[in-house]
Amino acid sequence: MDYLDFEKPIQELEEQVAKARLIAEESNVDMTKTIKELERQIKTTRKKTYEDLTSWQRVQLSRHPQRPYTLAYIKSMTGGDFLELHGDRQVRDDKAMVGGWGMLDGQSVMFIGQQKGVNTKMRQFRNFGMSNPEGYRKALRLMKMAEKFNRPVVTLIDTPGAFPGLEAEERGQGEAIARNLMEMAVLKVPIICIVIGEGASGGALGIGVGDKVLMLENTWYSVISPESCSSILWRNWDHKEEAAEALKLTAKDMLSNKLIDGIIPEPLGGAHHDPEGMFKTVKTEILKQLDKLQTKDPQKRIEARIKKFSDMGSYA
Amino acid sequence: MGWFKRDKEGITTSTEEKKETPEGLWHKCPKCKVISSIEDHVNNYYVCGNCGHHNRINAREYFSILFDNGKYKELDKGLKSGDPLNFTDTKKYKDRYADAVKKTKINEAITTGTGKLDGHEVVIACMNFNFIGGSMGSVVGEKIARGLDLALKKELPFIMISKSGGARMMEAAFSLMQMAKTSAKIALMRENGLPYISVLTDPTTGGVTASFAMLGDINIAEPGALIGFAGPRVVKETIGKDLPEGFQTSEFLLEHGFLDFIVERKNMKSKLSQFLRMVKKSKS
Repeated sequence: MDYLDFEKPIQELEEQVAKARLIAEESNVDMTKTIKELERQIKTTRKKTYEDLTSWQRVQLSRHPQRPYTLAYIKSMTGGDFLELHGDRQVRDDKAMVGGWGMLDGQSVMFIGQQKGVNTKMRQFRNFGMSNPEGYRKALRLMKMAEKFNRPVVTLIDTPGAFPGLEAEERGQGEAIARNLMEMAVLKVPIICIVIGEGASGGALGIGVGDKVLMLENTWYSVISPESCSSILWRNWDHKEEAAEALKLTAKDMLSNKLIDGIIPEPLGGAHHDPEGMFKTVKTEILKQLDKLQTKDPQKRIEARIKKFSDMGSYA
Repeated sequence: MGWFKRDKEGITTSTEEKKETPEGLWHKCPKCKVISSIEDHVNNYYVCGNCGHHNRINAREYFSILFDNGKYKELDKGLKSGDPLNFTDTKKYKDRYADAVKKTKINEAITTGTGKLDGHEVVIACMNFNFIGGSMGSVVGEKIARGLDLALKKELPFIMISKSGGARMMEAAFSLMQMAKTSAKIALMRENGLPYISVLTDPTTGGVTASFAMLGDINIAEPGALIGFAGPRVVKETIGKDLPEGFQTSEFLLEHGFLDFIVERKNMKSKLSQFLRMVKKSKS
């Protein structure tokens, strides 16, 4: 397990436990009491550490290298009954955007999401979860297919942003995202969007227009990353913590500003501490939301979706 | 020692004592540096008579060019941002906002109006780049949405003139969601068979490009405008190489299939009018 800077006290205690266990094993000394005491300390320290995380600490958790990514969610939630589909039918298959049909407790659902890599090689292969225009066009193709077969769409958002490359510009990154925003607004089937990691700007919103937009507890969603915000407004990266605070990018802030519809709680310490538990919680939430959304008349559902986004804003 | 040697380094005049050259007589083209009289410049649609450089202009100027006799009714004039996040970086957003209003004498980075263009009744929204970089916050999104609501209600075409650095950071996710809001309303224009025209002018980047600026039935641009999603500096940093010449210009976008045509400002009104005539609902 990789520890973040603010998790150091927990790491030290866990190392002590490991040491105590080793001593017990090697020298036959009874360490049960010490271990018990240390484990009690770990529990309280963990609770204290995670109870009141700063915005920046949540950003760190959202990027934790062991955090589960989109395909892990889909595979677990569908019990492996997932048919991945590829390609935008125009340029190529975007490896940073995945999608396909999955069976969720007896009903088929179109899953779409950004995918990050689990190791260095895969991170490059997945382009760090940064889609090119063909990724957004692939996502739209799959949404349209879901509409054709009258099945709901579930998107899992986890991206540090849409890829700002030369070819992305040539192939119309802006147009690709814009089109998705417009098409998602009027898609006839239910759409549930869940931020499972990073929700950076247009890259996230490009698959983020839904009837229900939810965020996991330790994720962030904003118009810009705290680092880039710091570099633009303060002219360097040193103010990323202040920027994270100022941007009000946590799930709690987003909900209180009525920019999302709900928060899904994570296991203590973050999704990576109990991935299976996390997948289960997310699956239960999706099923609950689908139940409610599917009974609505499609036209009413679209009207409510548009109204929800239309009401976002602050002016006088 | 020479008589004219400087004994004090640099400029010592404080900003308050700085003497401004009176405005309103001459215009110097920022591109070719050729000087023309303001009168000629205005009569030439704020375009350099020498090199054809299209100067950045605001809604007031566009409206005078596009609306018949320059007459229109402004919409939602008083709408102002609510500073939802109480945002502070090196300066309070509230103060930045107040300064922008004072400096530009306009209320926001967008002005919307309704009137006639060659006899066609239309709604036009136009961004004001000198107001916090033409950035899109709640008010920009809301004014576009309300303009589109009016167009939907009265069955009018909507013309969107973009000129923006993108989303306004100081309203963070509120700005982001304006992209979804405006795009949703544009979808309704489509469902109702009403024209939505996007005019992209220098510069149009970021969240504006990734929403309403790219969704026109026709997307048209002024010559030489910078248009892109990521800014050129970011793209350059990403690829670690110099950018090819003409990258992210109107001409580049036309070549790659994202614009219908490029139009010089002096011809904009007639081109818009021509399009509106072609797609006008036939009386049945």
